[in-house]
Amino acid sequence: MYKNALYRVAENRPIAREVFRMRLLGDTRWITAPGQFVNVRVDGCYLRRPISVCDWDGGGLTLVYKAVGKGTRLLSNVRPGETLDLLTGLGNGYDPSAARGRRTVLIGGGVGVPPLYGLARRLALAGEPPAAALGFQTAADAFLAESFLTLGCEVLVATADGSLGERGFVTEPLSRLDYGYYFACGPEPMLAAVHALGREKGAEGQLSFERRMGCGFGACMSCSCETLAGPRRICVEGPVLRSGEVRF
Amino acid sequence: MDTSVKLGELTLRNPVIPASGTFGFGHEMAKWYDLNRLGAVALKGTTREARFGNPTPRVAECEAGLLNAVGLQNPGVEAVVREELPRLRAVYSGPVIANVCGFSAEEYVEVARRFDEAGADILEINVSCPNVRHGGLAFGASPEAAAAITAAVKAAVKKPVYMKLSPNAADIAAVARACEEAGADGLTLINTLLGMRVNPRTGRPLVSTVTSGFSGPAIKPVALRMVFEVCRAVKIPVVGVGGIASADDLLEFLSAGASAVQIGAQNLVDPYACLRVVEELPKRMEEYGIRDLKSIIGRTGNGQ
Repeated sequence: MYKNALYRVAENRPIAREVFRMRLLGDTRWITAPGQFVNVRVDGCYLRRPISVCDWDGGGLTLVYKAVGKGTRLLSNVRPGETLDLLTGLGNGYDPSAARGRRTVLIGGGVGVPPLYGLARRLALAGEPPAAALGFQTAADAFLAESFLTLGCEVLVATADGSLGERGFVTEPLSRLDYGYYFACGPEPMLAAVHALGREKGAEGQLSFERRMGCGFGACMSCSCETLAGPRRICVEGPVLRSGEVRF
Repeated sequence: MDTSVKLGELTLRNPVIPASGTFGFGHEMAKWYDLNRLGAVALKGTTREARFGNPTPRVAECEAGLLNAVGLQNPGVEAVVREELPRLRAVYSGPVIANVCGFSAEEYVEVARRFDEAGADILEINVSCPNVRHGGLAFGASPEAAAAITAAVKAAVKKPVYMKLSPNAADIAAVARACEEAGADGLTLINTLLGMRVNPRTGRPLVSTVTSGFSGPAIKPVALRMVFEVCRAVKIPVVGVGGIASADDLLEFLSAGASAVQIGAQNLVDPYACLRVVEELPKRMEEYGIRDLKSIIGRTGNGQ
């Protein structure tokens, strides 16, 4: 179910190059699964900006986003104490129960990493901390790796230039890992590589996709994606799709 | 205070209608509010066969509006009539406007006939979609083509036929007159304007189809001018659409001659957009001393 509400900004500060963590205080009861997103109204922009929920609790939610365009740059200028208008509880999110009893890895690329943190925390709370394979361009872009360690995750980091962790794509360390289930979020070429690797290993998983959106709640069909099971709106039937239905 | 308006024989409790393509098939919007508060609901554009539409990205933001090139994604008229319409009817009992799309006169007739049988209250014939090749706008660009589709559909259905017109036609008033002469019961205007955006870094278009449909507050003055011109050219009811986001916007369109309005782009920004206008309307009417909304339709006259 969806909710439109106002949230007070408690924190909005950089944690890596052009990457910001924003803590918002307000009603989170409509967020029901990790991997869901909120659609943020930004002063100066006509359309809202869809941003995945990094984590949430009874008092508020955390967004980790990269200031890459006009909207996210404006968002990065928002000060603590200001109020933001959000649509929350959007998208299906990950279904952690599907991984039960299987060696699980979370695979994130760049700004695809944040929603995996909320998922990792829930899996860890259930006594099954997953492994986390995180890929970034360079060390200056890396974030949240220590947070996954704190949860008890085995963390594998790769950077394109080798400045942190292994040199190369996240699929390099991933290929040596033994796992039966995965949750992924990142750029589409990464998702395609992760999907192919999963097939080689006989692992199933859930992949979170990004599409430019109009509304974020299913009304405009701007973000549709063709799957083996027919067309899916990334904002409603996604952003998370099962490995068995995706088509690259 | 009377907010009701008439579209021919049909009475709407208020003139607020979510525009086709910005409200899905309606039923999912019942998560946000009671749809029975609306004057009517317009369905997503529907073709004979299922369509995925254009490749993504098929939306882009611009100043005070957006570009879209969804390309008539829909599950096909049979699925709409069998699955979507009953779901809407389960949560909404007011008038339903079916948006009929096609790539040939035969397709328009078939889709319109199916909605006619299935109980749609108005058949809105979309001869103005700019985002499909060899369809949509191709049938609404000239008075002759629009009149031919109007006559073909009128001959096949019982329900009122409203032609949805394009601002991209050379002379929208001439297209409107041709539709009226061919038997149209009403008109809806305007569909989106053709627009474009380019990534300044790469030079690549932001939308996959290169050009796409421009809507939102930025187009309101253009839409209002066209509604004004068309209302002075025809006697049939006109539904105004283009950049409407407030009760004041609505009052502008009714003054210019529209009998009702559709709200489009604003639904994507604010899922409560239509409800907000419904709730704001009586307050504005009281403030401006309007007791019966019908009394202000066309009051702008010729503007002199």
